[in-house]
Amino acid sequence: MSKLIPMPTNNLLTERDVDKPPILEARHLGIDFGGLTAVDDFNIAIGRTEIAGLIGPNGAGKTTVFNLLTKVYHPTRGTILLDAKDTAGMNTIQINHAGIARTFQNIRLFKNLTVLENVLIGLHNSMSCSLSESILRLPRYWKQEKEAKERALELLSIFQMQDLAKYEAGALPYGAQRRLEIVRALGTNPKLLLLDEPAAGMNPSETAGLMENIRKIRDSFHIAIMLIEHDMNLVMGICEGIAVLNYGKIIAKGTPEEIQANPAVIEAYLGKKKEG
Amino acid sequence: MRQRFEIPMPVRYLVNGVLIVLLFLLGQFMISAGILSSYFQKILLQVGVYIIAAVSLNMATGYLGQLPLGHAGFMAVGGYTAGIFLKNFPIKGLPAFILAIILAGIVAGIFGILIGIPALRLKGDYLAIITLGFGEIIRVILLNIDTVLGFKFTGGAAGLMGIPKYTSFPAVYICVVITCLFIHTMMKSRHGRAILAIRENEIAAESCGVNTTYYKTMAFTASAFFAGVAGALFASYLGLLVPGDFGFMKSIEILVMVVLGGMGSMLGSVLAAAVLTIVPFALQSISQTVADYRMVIYSVLLIVVMIFKPSGLLGTYDFSLTRIIEGLINRAGIHDGVARKGEQSK
Repeated sequence: MSKLIPMPTNNLLTERDVDKPPILEARHLGIDFGGLTAVDDFNIAIGRTEIAGLIGPNGAGKTTVFNLLTKVYHPTRGTILLDAKDTAGMNTIQINHAGIARTFQNIRLFKNLTVLENVLIGLHNSMSCSLSESILRLPRYWKQEKEAKERALELLSIFQMQDLAKYEAGALPYGAQRRLEIVRALGTNPKLLLLDEPAAGMNPSETAGLMENIRKIRDSFHIAIMLIEHDMNLVMGICEGIAVLNYGKIIAKGTPEEIQANPAVIEAYLGKKKEG
Repeated sequence: MRQRFEIPMPVRYLVNGVLIVLLFLLGQFMISAGILSSYFQKILLQVGVYIIAAVSLNMATGYLGQLPLGHAGFMAVGGYTAGIFLKNFPIKGLPAFILAIILAGIVAGIFGILIGIPALRLKGDYLAIITLGFGEIIRVILLNIDTVLGFKFTGGAAGLMGIPKYTSFPAVYICVVITCLFIHTMMKSRHGRAILAIRENEIAAESCGVNTTYYKTMAFTASAFFAGVAGALFASYLGLLVPGDFGFMKSIEILVMVVLGGMGSMLGSVLAAAVLTIVPFALQSISQTVADYRMVIYSVLLIVVMIFKPSGLLGTYDFSLTRIIEGLINRAGIHDGVARKGEQSK
């Protein structure tokens, strides 16, 4: 595990990535829903090849942060720098083009389409044949369809899912659906992958396999990964930097060891120790 | 494990091409040999027109997952465009007819874009209401403008009369084939997949980088374009257009075809369009009163289908001759394997 280096803007970055600009930097990010402040003064920096964790009790605002980063919600305050570029005014689609892909806490697959088609939709923007080329079935159409199919099967093979390609996505077991969402997100060729509770509903052996695969994805794709997760074994096992969110505010940031020893974190999760 | 047999692509296209030609020759033979009376020929042409209308509505309803209620409006736009064009264009005959069909599609498509851009920002009921409003506005406008700037335009309530009748079996057949091929090949490409993704889950489609506004508008416009083509064929088939032909009930009738056949199934739309076009004629030959109550029968039928098979009669199933042939060959292959195994064990 590498050391964390302080950043100029009260953000931390892994030592390995410190010489390059962070892939994502959020500064004083906040959003209000009516009178309710869901997230406030959220600061984070994620290194080029970092696996970062975002944890916190239920309702702390973790998924809201993901929705802010992907512009499903537009932030009330603050800036998000993606690859050192301001993302103000971008929408979800442009954010994806700029390099953030995500999965969803409540799985959002294209349920009535096949596993292969799901991944092919992820590859949508890596194909470029026009409508007329597709309709007239010109050579470029065949070439791109073939390449995309091969690429999709290759991506599916990360999770040994290539044999499931012809099945309907909605018919897959829960764990496989979560893995398929990750594959689909990887298809969009991201620089930063946001995983919202990737291990939810998985059994311990599936979770162990997932941890292995998340690390493998980071190493082979050279991308940054940020994940929300309640499974502390997973978070403490693979995350290099962790941010703890409570009531929409970051209460602690640091390495897994620092977080585990932080009294504020223990209080947020377990409550205050009774005096005397 | 045994390698599954697959028919190579060129052969697939060849088989389907041969099937299309055979069907055409069959129809042509039955007409020229006098097996189909001119009454049945007329029904056949109407079936073709409604197949185009239903398949194109299926694009917006079944594939894109929206609920437009103004399909007859687009047919009206196409029909009147073609009618006015055919009446006033100096050259007569086939070239004029082809031009009229294309022009009708384009004008209807332009209306599709104009309606689609604001309407597709809304979801569910609101889109239905906007398109419903559009269909009615078109009908009322056509009803009330018979002259524009002193120029004889739509004929108003009396209708647009004297449109040259060019619609024939080959013309309708070719238009049906082109419509089905266009929509089929579009849906089996990255563009089609993007449209399906929007139906399945719009937020997920956006986060996959699919430009949802663009593809919604594209699907809606294609739907309107072919509705315009259907309208043009209809205009030149009847030779007379009355605004009342394109009322709200017409939109509903086309929607019933799509829903009954199975939203997202092209074969379903084709079959349902054929059956529901023929049924009123069949009922009429029994008794006029039964025919008058056909909308009641439709509603009951729709309710029954919605209760027992909400995805429509065919669901999203689509017919593929080559897949069936493949299935047969593969099954035969498995039987071979079993037989050989049995011999070995002896």
